[in-house]
Amino acid sequence: MEISLNVNGTAHSLEVPANTLLSDILRERLRLTGTHVGCDTSQCGACVVHVNGDAVKSCTVLAGQANGASVTTIEGIGTPDDLHPMQTAFRDNHALQCGFCTPGMIMSAIELVEKNDGLTEQAVRDGLEGNLCRCTGYHNIVKAVLAAARQM
Amino acid sequence: MTAETGIGASVKRKEDARFITGTGRYTDDVSAPGQSYAVFARSPHARAKLGGIDTSAAAASDGVVAVFTGADLQADGIGDLPCGWMVKSKDGSDMVQPPHPPLAIERVNYVGEPYAVVVAETLEAAKNGAEAVQADFEELPAVVDLKNAAAADSIHDAAPNNQCYDWELGDGAATDAAFERAHHVTRLHIVNNRLIPNAIEPRAALGEYDAAAGSYTLHTTSQNPHLERLVLAAFVNVAPEAKLRVISPDVGGGFGSKIFVYAEETAVIWAAGKLRRPVKWRAERSESFLADAHGRDHVTDAELALAEDGEFLGLRVRTKANMGAYLSTFASSVPTYLYGTLLAGQYKTPAIHVQVQALFTNTAPVDAYRGAGRPEATYVVERLVETAAREIGMDPSDLRRRNFIQPDDFPYETPVALTYDTGDYEASLDKALAHADYAGFAARKAASEASGNKRGIGFSCYIEACGLAPSQVAISLGAGVGLFEVGEVRVDVTGSVTVTTGSHSHGQSHETTFAQIISEKLGVQFENVTVLHGDTGRSDYALGTYGSRSLAVGGSAIVKATEKIVAKGKKIAAHILEAKEDQVDFADGVFQVVDSNQSLTFGEVAFAAYVPANYPLEELEPGLSEKAFYDPPNFTYPAGAHICEVEVDPQTGVVRIEKFVAVDDFGHIVNPMIVEGQVHGGLAQGIGQALLEHGVYDETGQLLSGSYMDYTMPRADDLPSFLVDTTTTPCTHNPLGVKGCGEAGAIGSTAAVMNAVTNALGVTELPMPATPETVWRALREA
Repeated sequence: MEISLNVNGTAHSLEVPANTLLSDILRERLRLTGTHVGCDTSQCGACVVHVNGDAVKSCTVLAGQANGASVTTIEGIGTPDDLHPMQTAFRDNHALQCGFCTPGMIMSAIELVEKNDGLTEQAVRDGLEGNLCRCTGYHNIVKAVLAAARQM
Repeated sequence: MTAETGIGASVKRKEDARFITGTGRYTDDVSAPGQSYAVFARSPHARAKLGGIDTSAAAASDGVVAVFTGADLQADGIGDLPCGWMVKSKDGSDMVQPPHPPLAIERVNYVGEPYAVVVAETLEAAKNGAEAVQADFEELPAVVDLKNAAAADSIHDAAPNNQCYDWELGDGAATDAAFERAHHVTRLHIVNNRLIPNAIEPRAALGEYDAAAGSYTLHTTSQNPHLERLVLAAFVNVAPEAKLRVISPDVGGGFGSKIFVYAEETAVIWAAGKLRRPVKWRAERSESFLADAHGRDHVTDAELALAEDGEFLGLRVRTKANMGAYLSTFASSVPTYLYGTLLAGQYKTPAIHVQVQALFTNTAPVDAYRGAGRPEATYVVERLVETAAREIGMDPSDLRRRNFIQPDDFPYETPVALTYDTGDYEASLDKALAHADYAGFAARKAASEASGNKRGIGFSCYIEACGLAPSQVAISLGAGVGLFEVGEVRVDVTGSVTVTTGSHSHGQSHETTFAQIISEKLGVQFENVTVLHGDTGRSDYALGTYGSRSLAVGGSAIVKATEKIVAKGKKIAAHILEAKEDQVDFADGVFQVVDSNQSLTFGEVAFAAYVPANYPLEELEPGLSEKAFYDPPNFTYPAGAHICEVEVDPQTGVVRIEKFVAVDDFGHIVNPMIVEGQVHGGLAQGIGQALLEHGVYDETGQLLSGSYMDYTMPRADDLPSFLVDTTTTPCTHNPLGVKGCGEAGAIGSTAAVMNAVTNALGVTELPMPATPETVWRALREA
């Protein structure tokens, strides 16, 4: 099927099999490999991107569902010279180690902060329970998200 | 200049720039032109005879390029996957190492064992092809239960009673004598639950073959690419070592599970040569659950003999250790030299005897997982000590103090073959007690009880042996490899520095901490240091990353190389400044003639080395690049005190961690921010073992906990924030005085949590994980 979607501000028209997953479109067709796949069952959250402003696990979105959507990936939120406040907070608070869960974690955290005022530590922990991290024990991720919330 | 970026500074990480912008480069992000895709056909049975494999339908499936079975690899001379550590039984016989073909031949021995690989033009075609592989299985009764494995059918002809080895350490007679004169004996039956490592990046491999050069390149998710190359070349016969380059790019967590050489990358790199085109494979998470090496899985009976005043007299430990179906790369060393040797803990127990029977079962191979043997040892010792304190009516902290090895006892030779170089266990305990407000616990417990809840507190004073390892000690105990490390410091013409190290970083932050060492030792700007790792084409043979060894061994190699750089730089500076070599000092990046104003910067000396106009060429080679291999003279012994306080809701059985304090002695610390992060992550894994995680097979050998819906990974809302602190006794035998911090959290925390939960419930034994159901049932039965 032919789909059109806007990714990080650039319009794309693609011919893809209907069973193609959004994560595969991003990674394999558009070579945006910052979006990671860690589990295939919508449990780990490494593949989270924003679709029309919502944090979504892209490994469970089919091409047809993505048709016409506006997608933002980790590559689209900031550059090394002009980081998103959440990216800065992750670096400043050592909220990442191996980096594999980080893109999904950052994308989920941005949505969490954008959609919630007055986040507490518990609210951040509850809000990120869909994203697995095996390295950090979440301690510094929680710190980073609370720090970013003060900046955003 | 170096104060902000040298040793001891919490420098922000170099690695982060790429990881936070989505520009990291993990194995699955690497693609080769014309690549094909591999999918494995895996056994649905835990134990079966493997008759004929009919690959015709798979081969005819759309887009399939080739289908290979174990027979194809065998016919091409591909050997078995070896185990690199020979453990001998107490009768002197060698351990049993059953054949372990990369793709099963004649038998399958665990669910998920690969028996064929399908290579196709697309991933989808490869999956369809793998579905079409037909194999004749004749099911056999599976051996799953570790406790009864020795009485079951033998899985391997070579291993009667499913025994791999029956090993012992320590003085059995002296231990028996200690028990005879004991005033009190504390006994526990301890199950150390099977864990599934679950690095968030699944394993992956991309094999390429260059027909013109006859050489192979393997990108793979390895913690130790040189070891991977050595095993694939020298033992599995994929290619001569010189014709095989192994690259571990960014790797998304390892925790031990990516040390090992697995079937999948073996088949991928071999197939790439056979097909003359690139072959790529990435595990799905279900494959990770089934076929990554698992961790822990011990059943232990342990006894501690005490005198009337609480003095420890003897420790007797009998452990059955599950090896799974085959011996993974370092499996045999984990329940022996990384376990039995740690049973002295922090205590002066004079007599210890441990027996470990390692057994095969029809489950996934078990090997090192974060801590590897040391968490199991700590769990045995610290559960026993805490239980003993309760039984004899002594405060658990006082009983520990009564038996601690004291600072003036070092070096301390334990009865289980280690010599601890330094430590101050009471200092860590004191600090932890203060942070935990131990004095206020009784009031908090009363408050919990007033609201209908139960409250408990638990300790764990752990020790670990890290910085693996003195090569000759390890080899004498059965290791098949040396355990040194290499560091190369290449000074560029303009004075910037490139470091190559054999220590791979997959979250540990070597690119940052190793650059801090250079900044400190050579006075070079942190920004001007680049650390390269993870490529056999770039660095000399070295052993990689595990056992909290990178800084203690790899970092020491780099320090040794910087010492050579400075020594040569002094010669160059002395020549240019027309001074005697022994009159040139080096500090903060400046070579200075003593008692003079004559000096050269590090950059000026580097330039002179590469543009040798005024240079003693007849005595000194040009250039400024040095390499050092470092073989540690002893293990390092990080130790610490962890205290956990929990509240339990008796209505639901839910355990909530109210406070977790970890005070660790890692010796000198290069980057406190990074060390804290390492501790946090280890704590999460240790707490996960205690409360959440459990790898479970049913009686037929089917993995019940085979997905994230069934295996409970710690999530953000399962954990508290941690209170971590340190004490410092510098390691006495490496140039940085460092001990290693990567595993401590996972080693110390599990016992602290279970001691707290059992304290809250008022029970002696409780199986891990202490899930709400387990706790609820224990309360009903109590």
